[in-house]
Formats: sequence, C-alpha cells, structure tokens
Amino acid sequence: MIERTHSYEISAAHVLSHPSLSDAENRALYGKCANPGGHGHNYGIEVTVGGRVDDRSGQLVAAGLLDQIFDERIRQRFASRLLNDDVAFGDLVPTAENIAVVVHADLAAEIAQRTTAHLVRVRVVETRRNSSTIGAPE
Amino acid sequence: MLRITRAIDFSTSLRYWRGDLSDVENAELFGPLSRQHGHNYRLEVTLLGEPDPLTGMVLDLKDLQQILDDEIMTRFDHRDLNNDTPYFEKKPPTPENFVQVIYEILKSAVPDDLLDRVRLHQDSDVWVDAFEAPSPT
Repeated sequence: MIERTHSYEISAAHVLSHPSLSDAENRALYGKCANPGGHGHNYGIEVTVGGRVDDRSGQLVAAGLLDQIFDERIRQRFASRLLNDDVAFGDLVPTAENIAVVVHADLAAEIAQRTTAHLVRVRVVETRRNSSTIGAPE
Repeated sequence: MLRITRAIDFSTSLRYWRGDLSDVENAELFGPLSRQHGHNYRLEVTLLGEPDPLTGMVLDLKDLQQILDDEIMTRFDHRDLNNDTPYFEKKPPTPENFVQVIYEILKSAVPDDLLDRVRLHQDSDVWVDAFEAPSPT
C-alpha cells in the first residue's frame, strides 16, 4: 500500500475557553491557555492520503491538487486568524484535538469529492512538544 | 516484536515522463514536473522483528547499511532515474512509483522478511510510505 503525506504550516491564534463556563472555571480548567487575549502557534498540519495510484499519472492525487484543496479549505479559512471566531469552534474549544477533528472532517469530504484518493489521517503539530493525530493508525 | 529504522540520503535527477506519450502529452499531463529536476531524498527503512537474544539486534546495522549501499545508493545516488535506471521507462518517477520500486527491491534484499515499511522523503514537506496491506481480521 502507498500513502502520501503533505506537511503544511499555518499560524493562528486561539483561546482555550468554553463559552458555557465562567472565566474562573475556564482559568481553572485551561490555565494560561485561557488568557482572553489569546495566544498563537505555528501549527504544522500533516495530511496523509491513500488509495490507488493512478496508472496514467503515477500519483495518488494530481500534482498540486492536494495543495490547492488545503489552501482553499484550510489555509484561507484558518491561517492568520483567531480560531475561536470560526463557526466550527462555536461550542468546540480549539484544542489541538478539536482542530484535528475539524480539519479531518472538512478535508475528508473534499478529498473524496475532488480526487480518487481518500484521507487516511491528519496530524496537527501544535508545538514541537505536542501533537494530535486522527484517522487510521500508522 | 519491535521496529528499527535506518535512514540514508541520496540525490537524483528525474523528470515525470512516460515513454509511451508524446512530448506534448507529457507536458500537458505533468506540467513543470516534466522538466528535468532533482531532489535530495531521505529514505527511512523500518524493520520489524525480535532482537536476537545474543546480539540484542533485530539486524546488525552494518549489514543493513551494506544492503542499502548495494541496493539503493549504487542504483540511485547521483543518477538520472529516467535514463540510468530501468524502472521508469513507462511509468513516471513520482514519489508513489519510486517508493514502490524501492520497497520491492528491499523486500527481496532484506533477510528473514524483516522489512516492515519504507518512507521516502522527497523534500521536507512531502513524503510517501510503502508497506504491506494489513491482513483482514
């Protein structure tokens, strides 16, 4: 089996706080990550696709198409923004876990629709010391 | 069972090109990648096995390195994948096709069916993996 991974980087801000909790409760739960002014990360996002390698092109996804899909669906939506402002994070705290969930759901549908490949997994590298991976195990 | 991984670096030139297509068709299909270009590849080779009770090793890394030198470096390092190797006359040397070729070479060359997976980094942002499909359970 063949899998292909593209690694991207986007910078964004987030605040870890749930709208249904008080400021004190959020501070108790999330500590400094609940700072209302937010903080930011250079997120690494690794997107892995699998499927059948096309006989004609020798590729899982046409050259450039995966990058185009990522730019349209993820980079334009989330890069250089406050993630909490996005509709997906209304009631969903933008932890690395939930970012992976949101990115995976969006890309899975888009890749299924626009390519012959399928999304295998998404890994969100929030800092060099923590990451979150969703999808098939490696 | 545990896994060990050895990495090697090599550099090649290549172009995405199919010998059965015309110049125009190749240019249309592959765009700028149909021009001669090159990469510094990094290959990570992962073996899966039990450490030998005496040596504590799944496979002596000297032996693994010798296999990688003989089978990969000699064949591919500082070569033109299209013209200096027999693997890409009809299919283009995309990472997907290249990693499949490497996997099959190493599957035969690594002893005792120890090969688990190969990962080929084309550059820091793109890599491909080849491995056996998990058996259905």
